Amino acid sequence: MSQFWTITRREFAGYFSTPLAFVFIVVFLLANGLATFYLGAWFEMGQADLTSFFMFHPWLYLFFLPAISMRLWAEERRNGSIELLLTLPVPLSAIVLGKYFAALAFSALALALTFPVWISVNFLGNPDNGVILASYLGSLMLAGGYLAIGSCLSALTRNQVIAFVISVVACFLFTVSGAPLVLDIFRSWAPQVLTDTLASFSLLTHFRAITGGVIDLRDLVFFVTLIGVFLVATMIIVDMKKGEGA
Amino acid sequence: MIEVQHLVKKFGDFTAVNDLSFAVESGQVMGFLGPNGAGKSTTMKMITGFLRPTAGTARIAGIDICDNPLAAQTQLGYLPEGAPAWPDMTPRQFLDFITRIRGLDKAAARQAMTRAIGMTELHGVLDQPIDTLSKGYRRRVGLAQAIVHDPDVLVMDEPTDGLDPNQKFQVRQAIEEMAAHKAIIISTHILEEVDAICSHAMIIDRGEIVAEGTPSALAARSRFFGAVSLTLDTQLLERARAVLDGIANSRYEVVTRGVETVISVFPDGTPAPATDLLAQVQDLIAQQDWPVRALALETGRLDDVFGTLTRKPRPLADAVDVPDAADVPDGGRA
Repeated sequence: MSQFWTITRREFAGYFSTPLAFVFIVVFLLANGLATFYLGAWFEMGQADLTSFFMFHPWLYLFFLPAISMRLWAEERRNGSIELLLTLPVPLSAIVLGKYFAALAFSALALALTFPVWISVNFLGNPDNGVILASYLGSLMLAGGYLAIGSCLSALTRNQVIAFVISVVACFLFTVSGAPLVLDIFRSWAPQVLTDTLASFSLLTHFRAITGGVIDLRDLVFFVTLIGVFLVATMIIVDMKKGEGA
Repeated sequence: MIEVQHLVKKFGDFTAVNDLSFAVESGQVMGFLGPNGAGKSTTMKMITGFLRPTAGTARIAGIDICDNPLAAQTQLGYLPEGAPAWPDMTPRQFLDFITRIRGLDKAAARQAMTRAIGMTELHGVLDQPIDTLSKGYRRRVGLAQAIVHDPDVLVMDEPTDGLDPNQKFQVRQAIEEMAAHKAIIISTHILEEVDAICSHAMIIDRGEIVAEGTPSALAARSRFFGAVSLTLDTQLLERARAVLDGIANSRYEVVTRGVETVISVFPDGTPAPATDLLAQVQDLIAQQDWPVRALALETGRLDDVFGTLTRKPRPLADAVDVPDAADVPDGGRA
């Protein structure tokens, strides 16, 4: 456990060793604001809720989170430090989880820094803060899912750009499979079961359910399972590479 | 302390390490020699648990690295090739991280860091990002990381690569200081280093051991062993050739470097003490009144042995006639 925290702390501090972290947070907040106020037309809606704020998170995360996760393993490989890390007497699970939670903590920080939106909406009206809280939780879960996918794909390569691109594609597929546009295409010919299965694999479906204000256990189980599966896959890939010698 | 048993590593069809077995006891420094691509690093990566062997295993202080990697790695200090570290950290943060992850308590960690920093002389750069350090300092940070927990077994992949002569000397001194109580493996392709710090040496080529023994025993396998080398003015070369050619059965070799020429006279193969040849050459020098710049009885050349053993055997080439073998310290294979 203490080794896990040591890894998490080192990784988390690593984000702030370069100006990149600050650039990332600023750009993320700006993009978030633009999406909410322009695309989401938050003011024009005249509603005291954050629907138009959370609505864009899946699409923002699609590009921002692979940028965080791409370095998790690819950078260690490029840098050679993976050899150091994997020859220290630390269980692989502590390394994979430590790295993952550092990335998640960093995204949580970026998300938490959107609090002025929450203050504004409370200042302007009387929103349902329970729904907002649930939405924040859903957003964090969503981020967790994207990061787990990204962690797994980052372990495959030593090239961060490749890690970024394939993570974006993979996250896109996991998101878009629940978008009405895609589901409508299937709905026209495929049986209901197939469409539902497809939708149930989408992070978007479960995210929307949570931001609707209802925290259903099934949605949480979905996210936790997805994260678990991809972190175990990360461990398997890192371990497999020990045999290959890449 | 380190037992390597029938270690094999294959990458697809390519066999990088082929049935390697050896042992290193506490107090020994094993020098691992071989051309690039011989399998030195691959072997070290398997011993330290970074790579999984295709077959065979290694034991660190009796613990199998494949069966029980964490327990084995606890006993182990490892400096990987290129001394990787996290560039954004300072040496202080880096060593602090290593002591924490290795589970040293606060007091022990402070002591261990002071000792490792002292041995690697990192005092001046403790709070600079590793990124901004010179190659020599980075290497020493890597070394400090490997020794900070005072492990019984130390594996170092080219610990002095890229250092200037003074830094090399310091690193060698640090290794010598620790050698008495540890089992150490270093890989290098600097042959003088083997003479300087290793108690044992092993030459590997294409994944197999081609020679092993003490550095002097290995050097003695050189064709120069027992030869007498004299250094003369190049102007005198023709006269010397005439004299030497006049002596029956004399075998000699000439290397000219600008105004200086080194003539190595080989023993004629009769079982006579090497000093006899030296005396004969000395007599000759006195007789001819040559102004000799240097005279030496060769104890063998490791680089010559290395070159002879690690070149692709060419079917028609006579091993003795390999051209300029003495001038190719790194062997022929890239």
